Amino acid sequence: MQPRSHAFPANVARALADDGLQVALARTSAGFPKKRLEGIASLPEFELLRDQAEAIREHVLEHLDWYLERFAAQVEKQGGTVHWCADAEAAREAVLGICQQAGARSVTKGKSMIGEEIAINDHLSAHGITPVETDLGEYIIQLRGETPSHIVAPALHVSRAQVTQAFREHHLDRDPERPLDAPRELLGEARDVLRERFLAADVGITGANMLVAETGTSLIVTNEGNGDLTQTLPRVHVVLASIEKVVPTLEDATTLLRVLARSITGQEQSVYTTFSTGPRRANDLDGPADYHVVLLDNGRSELLGTPAQPILRCIRCGACLGHCPVYQQVGGHAYGWVYSGPMGAALTPGLLGLPEAWHLPQASTLCGRCEDVCPVRIPIPEVLRHWRAQSWEQGQPGGVSRLALRTWAWLATHPRAYRLASSLVARVLRWRADGSGAVGSLPGLGGWTATRDLPVPEEGRPFLAQWQERQQP
Amino acid sequence: MSGAPPHVGLFVTCLVDLFRPSVGFATVRLLERAGCRVSVPAEQTCCGQPAFSQGAREEARALARQVIETFSGFDYVVLPSGSCAATLRRHYPELLADDPAWANRARALSERTHELTSFLADVIQFTEINTVYDGKVAYHDSCSGLRELGIREQPRRLLGLIDGLHETPLANPEGCCGFGGAFCVKYPGISDRLATDKSRQVVESGADLLLGGDLGCLLNLAGTLRRQGATTEVRHVAEVLADQTEAPPIGRE
Repeated sequence: MQPRSHAFPANVARALADDGLQVALARTSAGFPKKRLEGIASLPEFELLRDQAEAIREHVLEHLDWYLERFAAQVEKQGGTVHWCADAEAAREAVLGICQQAGARSVTKGKSMIGEEIAINDHLSAHGITPVETDLGEYIIQLRGETPSHIVAPALHVSRAQVTQAFREHHLDRDPERPLDAPRELLGEARDVLRERFLAADVGITGANMLVAETGTSLIVTNEGNGDLTQTLPRVHVVLASIEKVVPTLEDATTLLRVLARSITGQEQSVYTTFSTGPRRANDLDGPADYHVVLLDNGRSELLGTPAQPILRCIRCGACLGHCPVYQQVGGHAYGWVYSGPMGAALTPGLLGLPEAWHLPQASTLCGRCEDVCPVRIPIPEVLRHWRAQSWEQGQPGGVSRLALRTWAWLATHPRAYRLASSLVARVLRWRADGSGAVGSLPGLGGWTATRDLPVPEEGRPFLAQWQERQQP
Repeated sequence: MSGAPPHVGLFVTCLVDLFRPSVGFATVRLLERAGCRVSVPAEQTCCGQPAFSQGAREEARALARQVIETFSGFDYVVLPSGSCAATLRRHYPELLADDPAWANRARALSERTHELTSFLADVIQFTEINTVYDGKVAYHDSCSGLRELGIREQPRRLLGLIDGLHETPLANPEGCCGFGGAFCVKYPGISDRLATDKSRQVVESGADLLLGGDLGCLLNLAGTLRRQGATTEVRHVAEVLADQTEAPPIGRE
């Protein structure tokens, strides 16, 4: 997808004016934090598990090359194929090549953020291969021609009425008079339609929540079981994963699973947890004939050893989105690309570059709630400040805000001049308030005064001036 | 406490200096009542948080060095602000970690620096608050103090010593008020929604008075409440603890 992160302010304006979106966000804003609290309340060792989860992920990043080679060797030992892809282009070509070799006409897909990152659906469609999303939320937004607005709940922004409308517009072989409003009716129809697609698919593409180095296993979690049907029915299974998804052992994978779903939906585990290790073996009852892992770097290895490295610990639980005051107001599409919320703001500049994504790290109050709920304790505010520092060096933000900060910094390092300036500001503000205690508008501060008054200094002289006078004998 | 009274350097913060001198005087009064000798260095300006948050690292370092120099001679440095205290405690050591001449001094200052309510409650274990306040009070937990310094119980423990004061909880006490320093003017649309939401919680709590420990958030909420025509008064917690409420509430005359 074409990134629109540079248009963040315009995206925000659209999101804030979208009443339907605001209703959906208000509902989930309260829901996710409550579910997480309930989920962790039943697990007294949750904080210790977070420590372990952090240690596992950080250890992997320190030894990423070693674990990746071990993972790849294990996949190949099981009869699978690993495709090393430096960028999105290489990954798209790898997937297309596999599909074309299989003579594929239709492809089913489990939920995959890497699929979004490399825009695989558009690429397959352009080459005459029909991709079908099988996660219900992904299926809905595919019909609507949209991208996910949440990494875990991709159709969070869509109302039930909009789902009905999408199904009526796209399922044209069905009775136009059929009842299609109740959740059960919608689910039943989606299940019917997708069942045919599952059986017709030549290739199944899934993402991976983790890659296990010791066994060469890829692992997905779903709540719908669509991932299992995607990867066991077709002749070919393609796993799309980014390189940092690897973990050392199955034991480590289960530790991470214990904090993954709990952190967002409060579930002990998601409904389905599926491990895939290579193609179908001689005595297996089912499974694909061919098994491929497409490993994507796309800028991640450049983040290793930098202050942004901790964002690569992310296990995509979505807790930071669910607790972020900014995400809760604007939703995922405002971020303009695949990843949204705090993890998106911390990761996207590393993948797209600051010229495209510089707004995202700025658009945070640095309230720290994301770090507070992150199961792998990523210091997200610190990573955001790192990107801000890089932006500052590159000249963003520029213009008036840059000049204002520089002027203020000069004054703050020249205390006498600062004293004069603060006394002047105090007097001017009080003069403008004209005895009312606050001003309702102020040139240059329209952002503040558009919706709130600005309390003015309670006295014309700042504290330090008064203090010094009182100290005179 | 035994021996000489602890010598406290008061860093009033730039917002208190400019907008709310009475918080500075209330802080001095509290510290003196708690048995401290208080000095207010004349060279102080701002902790540099705006520069640090914006990523202007050189500007932030220059201010950090100035603050370290200004506040080097005290047993403690106390600030009536969680976010400014967090800047000294958490971020100066990180900012100056690679500067051999300053790294140790930054760490030493960090260890001596405290936010006002946590200094009174945890360090001095101050309990001699002999005031009366008859009314319902809501407390806004500012994000930096709450999550960077773990300040939640300390102001409440102190307020609990005031006869008649009753705290009414906010619906979403962990939620940000939308101030966020320059955030509120860089992304005013989002900031406004957050401030409006928090103000609604304040009104719905039925409190007569909103207290907090960070002037940035309080200016944001006082300005929003005022614009919406709410009558809830807003003050810094130090004013009530020091029984110094002669000045009109924030944003009122």
